[in-house]
Amino acid sequence: MSITWQTDWTLGLIGGLLIGLAASLFLLVNGRIMGASGIIGGLVDGSGRHNAAERVSFLLGLAIVPGLMALLWYRPDTHLTKNVALLVGAGLLVGIGTRLANGCTSGHGVCGISRLSLRGIVATVFYLVGGGISVIVFRHVLGVV
Amino acid sequence: MRNIFAFIAGGIFGAGLFVSGMVDTAKVIGWLDIFGAWDPTLAFVLGGAIIPTFFAWRIAERRQRAFLDCPIPERPQPVIGRNLVIGSFMFGLGWGMIGLCPGPSVASITFNGVGGLIFVAAMIAGMLVAPAIRTRLEAASAS
Repeated sequence: MSITWQTDWTLGLIGGLLIGLAASLFLLVNGRIMGASGIIGGLVDGSGRHNAAERVSFLLGLAIVPGLMALLWYRPDTHLTKNVALLVGAGLLVGIGTRLANGCTSGHGVCGISRLSLRGIVATVFYLVGGGISVIVFRHVLGVV
Repeated sequence: MRNIFAFIAGGIFGAGLFVSGMVDTAKVIGWLDIFGAWDPTLAFVLGGAIIPTFFAWRIAERRQRAFLDCPIPERPQPVIGRNLVIGSFMFGLGWGMIGLCPGPSVASITFNGVGGLIFVAAMIAGMLVAPAIRTRLEAASAS
């Protein structure tokens, strides 16, 4: 076990606590569940038109703060694939899947599990299984990522 | 007020995704790669995020109302439907393909290059067609 691993874990925990703090704030102050796919999806399909300003404000904070951190602190290497077919395929699956399931990693994973919601726990199990299968196929079998 | 607090919550969420390494697709894929060089960092991220939110839910469900005087979202019916299972599985497949999920895709949009924009555009396209797919799935299960 190297020192970098322990640093990663510590940063992971600190970052996780910040994510939890954000979810707690949004819940206790705004009375809303912090689910990224739901906040975006409601704007995309019009189902969240009545509180569009709140959604846009959230997404602006979500994009601007890490953008400033990248500018002023360090620019992280995101190791994103350059394969356009993969980017499009993955984007479509994530968009369709999260809207069918009504949630993603933040909504079902963070907010659902912490509420001890059966739906959140089941969703998390299925997207982790899906993710694991994808990594096996695309990294180990096809070797494209 | 609502918009200011939404901006702050989004900003803290983004800072958390940045600090934790969730914007790095290699770390995400490393976590999902249980048969390869498994990287447990994301378990700390998810664990760290669940702890404060668990207590926030306890407070929320006791108070019934949020501080800006609006109701706390009701608990959905504990029904495990087809859409939940199929949708989550599809989402997982997409997530594992390249290592991006909705929150980090927005958080990294300013420094993720053209690829990040292509992903977000495709995700939005997917969200646009999702209601039609949902209707088809429901029709197929009804017949």
